[in-house]
Amino acid sequence: MHELSIAVSLIELAEEEAERIEGRVCAVHLELGALSGVVKEALLFAYEIACADTPLEGSQLVIEIVPAVVYCPECDGNRPLESVQLFLCPECGTPTPMVVQGKEIQMVALEVE
Amino acid sequence: MSQTPRVVEVRKNVLKQNDILARALRDRFREAGVFVVNVVSSPGAGKTTLLEHTLTDLQSRYRTASVVGDLATENDARRLARSGALVEQITTGTVCHLDATMIERVIDGWDLTDLDFLFIENVGNLVCPASYDLGENLRFVLMSVTEGEDKPLKYPTIFNSADVAVITKADIADAVEFDWETACNNIQAVRPGMQTLRVSAKTGAGMPDYVGVVESHRSQMRDTTLAPSPARA
Repeated sequence: MHELSIAVSLIELAEEEAERIEGRVCAVHLELGALSGVVKEALLFAYEIACADTPLEGSQLVIEIVPAVVYCPECDGNRPLESVQLFLCPECGTPTPMVVQGKEIQMVALEVE
Repeated sequence: MSQTPRVVEVRKNVLKQNDILARALRDRFREAGVFVVNVVSSPGAGKTTLLEHTLTDLQSRYRTASVVGDLATENDARRLARSGALVEQITTGTVCHLDATMIERVIDGWDLTDLDFLFIENVGNLVCPASYDLGENLRFVLMSVTEGEDKPLKYPTIFNSADVAVITKADIADAVEFDWETACNNIQAVRPGMQTLRVSAKTGAGMPDYVGVVESHRSQMRDTTLAPSPARA
């Protein structure tokens, strides 16, 4: 359950940015990779708790899940994984461990007033 | 009058601070010539027992050290210290993983050039440690034969983030009807090409091969500038 640590880091980042752009944050947009090891629901829950008594209290966390994408050496291209339990190119079936997308825990935008 | 919210684009990695610190640690380790292994597994998979034997074996030929993460006790550090290696405990309290800050703090004051190997025993947990780079050269994921063959499918993220899988407690595999083939197939499904070793720290079976692998990875690092594995980059 490291979602609380993640939520605290996220809030700190958002606070820094809010100070820089001089606005009150009403929503934080986050991209969360399917292979990030972070559970969306747990993070939403932790966020609400971690926001208390910070300038972000009452703000909303909006999470977009980023699908896992691997590089297939056979096709020489990036391919979306059909399952994170099976690291195979969905087109040619070649096994590949090379993840090119899906590990993100990235704040992408703030909605400010 | 209330204003309509405006959207400001801000691309920032939430674990940026950890990643920056981990990169700096990796540079320090490389410059000092110390090879660093991060050992992850579920609680009770046998990290401490394996490391006790690893340190005892390597200690006769190399200068070794270990950092041990645990929620509450210092028992593991006491066990590992018997090998004669330098051992430091990190008691994390309620934190379920080690992060780069904890490693930086614990090695403060160490002369890293005095070391050949540093083993980091992470907190027993197959979820959270996956997200935190500690600046290691290699990540070992352990699974014991008692945990069931489908462990890799249940925790694909951490298996995918690791470089070597070590199946432990091989001496009791038959008693628990462990299916080696299925287990190895599952590991390959979530991390194609991953080197997989079988050991019993208790009987010593597989230990020479395992220690040989640890040593050869270190030699490779010394020959080349080791970049993080493709799965973790």
